[in-house]
Amino acid sequence: MAVEARPAPRSPHGRARLMALGRATKPIREARGTARVMLWAGAAITLFFIVLAVFAPLISPYGFSEYKSGGVRFPQLAHPSAAHWMGTTVQSSDVMARVIWGAQTELEVVAIALVMALTIGVPLGLLSGYFGGPLDRALVVVMDALFAFPYLLIAIVIAFLLSNSSIGGGILTAAIAITVAYVPLYFRVVRNHVISLREEAYVDAARALGARPRTIIRKYVFFNVVQNVPPIATLNAADAILLLAALGFLGYGIQPTQGAEWGYDINRAVSDASSGIWWTGLFPGLAIVLLVTGLTLLGEGLNETLNPVLRRRRFGRIDFEPLPEEML
Amino acid sequence: MRPEAAELPPEPEAAASPLVSIRDLRTYYSIRGSFADRLVGREAGVVRAVDGVSLDIRRGEVLGLVGESGSGKTTLGRTLLGLARATSGNVDFEGQEITRLPEREFRAVRRRMQVVFQDPHASLNPAMTIGQSVGHPFQIHGLERNRDRLRLRVSEMLERVGLAPAEAYLDKYPSDLSGGQKQRAVIARALILNPVMLVADEPVSMLDMSVRAKILELLLALKHDFDLTYLYITHDLATARFFCDRIAIMYLGRIVEIGPAAAIYADPKHPYTRALLRAIPEPDPERAVPRDLPRGEVPDAARPPLGCHFHPRCPNAFEPCGWESRDLRELLEARWARDAGREGVEEEEALFGDLSALDVPSPEVRFPPPRGRRPEEIVAALERIRSQDPGEPFWKGVERLEAQDAHVRLDFHPPNDPRLERTGEVDVACHLYGSAPR
Ligand SMILES: Nc1ncnc2c1ncn2[C@@H]1O[C@H](COP(=O)(O)OP(=O)(O)OP(=O)(O)O)[C@@H](O)[C@H]1O
Ligand code: SF4
Ligand SMILES: [Mg+2]
Repeated sequence: MAVEARPAPRSPHGRARLMALGRATKPIREARGTARVMLWAGAAITLFFIVLAVFAPLISPYGFSEYKSGGVRFPQLAHPSAAHWMGTTVQSSDVMARVIWGAQTELEVVAIALVMALTIGVPLGLLSGYFGGPLDRALVVVMDALFAFPYLLIAIVIAFLLSNSSIGGGILTAAIAITVAYVPLYFRVVRNHVISLREEAYVDAARALGARPRTIIRKYVFFNVVQNVPPIATLNAADAILLLAALGFLGYGIQPTQGAEWGYDINRAVSDASSGIWWTGLFPGLAIVLLVTGLTLLGEGLNETLNPVLRRRRFGRIDFEPLPEEML
Repeated sequence: MRPEAAELPPEPEAAASPLVSIRDLRTYYSIRGSFADRLVGREAGVVRAVDGVSLDIRRGEVLGLVGESGSGKTTLGRTLLGLARATSGNVDFEGQEITRLPEREFRAVRRRMQVVFQDPHASLNPAMTIGQSVGHPFQIHGLERNRDRLRLRVSEMLERVGLAPAEAYLDKYPSDLSGGQKQRAVIARALILNPVMLVADEPVSMLDMSVRAKILELLLALKHDFDLTYLYITHDLATARFFCDRIAIMYLGRIVEIGPAAAIYADPKHPYTRALLRAIPEPDPERAVPRDLPRGEVPDAARPPLGCHFHPRCPNAFEPCGWESRDLRELLEARWARDAGREGVEEEEALFGDLSALDVPSPEVRFPPPRGRRPEEIVAALERIRSQDPGEPFWKGVERLEAQDAHVRLDFHPPNDPRLERTGEVDVACHLYGSAPR
């Protein structure tokens, strides 16, 4: 009946998917006021660092551990100049090169850590929250115990344990250390949200329709929980940068042979500072501050626009903030 | 006829077996106690949300389930649907006992029995389009995998419930729809698999006045087209009148009166039904029910009154209705609250002392007088209270009041649960009718 009358849509399913995408990004496109400013400023800063990280080989004048060019050794601890815009370190490496390659290291570690923390924390939270029971109670005890420790402490312990294993002191070790620190956070947020969703009439309705638990979790619970994840993950990325820098600063992070890392550089720069050499510490420090600010703005902006419910919820920050100014 | 049906008086007009047959159904919720309680494995208590319900739902009828908030209507519906676990009793649906079916086997029942919840805004997954939601039952039961055919079926159903043209709704999200439109979509989703039975739990109470009648008309039309049987749960006796064939009145987990709608409205038998019907002219039916009811609140379903659950509020209550210790406390406290400040009231309060001993429900009360008082004084005070208001139904329940062994002794008539009994055209659970002991 009404079927013939309807103009045949070209591909209703594809179109539906496009519309779903449009709908998901609609709050972002329509964000207003401070949320909009935070969102776009944060996105611009974050994007800047992503570009640095991805195109580091093209952008950076030198490699992160290069100390000579064309057979000529760089000067040690040279002032910023036309040849070395941000000066050089005591090992003669170029500070700007280390900052640019550092962006790559930081983002790599944080991306791997986030993906791992999400793939572990979110499903655990979903199952634990939906099914409850003894598994839930056991997981809650373990996660709460982990959560009670400062992130930095957990990360140091894990990094320390792993540095003696075959994985070594590289990117993966740092990423795993950060993952372990953050899994409890995702677990908690997701589990608590699932528990509140479980009471929703539409979850009951799905049961009444005969949906299996798997279907209910996938189609009714998961989709409504994931909406919370982007802001949390972005804010978390900011935290993770600080955590990685703190690990590096304390000597438990990326080993110098494996990559440039800002926290490590700041550590090396501490002794320079007393002799009036400011550039070795300032630039990595600024990079940390800028990237963390960018991610925080982006995360808070997303939070404001996507999640009016979760607004103003604070996520624990690590206590240790290696701000360069304090060390100079 | 199945043997368990013999508990109810035979109904000559119901020759065909009922679609749903509920026998002595109980659904209790356990209330979580403190952490210490759980450590030692002690339940803090149970809420008897459904407390011994027996009723039949006949094929093709609309059975209205009416009662105040907290009377257990939703729980009864959820137990039918397998969303709440029955504590005991039976539900027979299409000849199959379903209260003890494991969740997996219940899935087949769910194709035959569907539900429309009260809140249309919460009943649809906000992350699914209307088309996806309404079509999902097909996918859940693996009945239609072809997406174009599925879309066609969904479109037809949407147009059938008045969401036309379907194209305008298929790809919308619930947040784009009004409450009435959402409820139409929920109805479409419930009916798309062609069930025989629909539980409608206050389907219009959260909608604007202007659309309520339209949704109810739609439900009636769909019932006709799809040959449905409805369990229609509501607060609102006024709409139930035109919507239902039969009405069951529920109070604190039990059915107190059930019968043809016309008979119930023309000649309500149970004192509770009468009170409900007196409350009808109230313009806001949500509020109407409690306001005009005689004295008191609905008691706590975790500790229902003995005997007839309605007796503390019943204007007609008499000897066998279940008088007990808590009624005495209620009586005294109401008296003192009413007369607060008046001469002698404080002395009377002091004379009785601590009343918490009366909180244990019992038809036999023994309590010691406070230090320095004699039980005879208390007995005399009670006699004085009785003489001041001899019409109070409470006193009908008192069989014996005396001082004994330095205690006050107060015996009530043994409590008696009224059972549903045929009275005229309806079944009533009240000692005023039938052959209950007096
Ligand atoms: N999940 C639950 N856990 C514990 N107690 C519950 C639960 N659901 C309902 N109850 C209690 O059971 C009793 C009956 O509740 P129910 O929702 O069935 O009543 P109702 O008649 O549908 O009320 P309303 O008209 O407000 O919807 C109430 O005392 C309620 O507090
Ligand atoms: S049995 Fe009848 S008369 Fe007695 S309390 Fe109940 S409703 Fe009132
Ligand atoms: Mg209800």
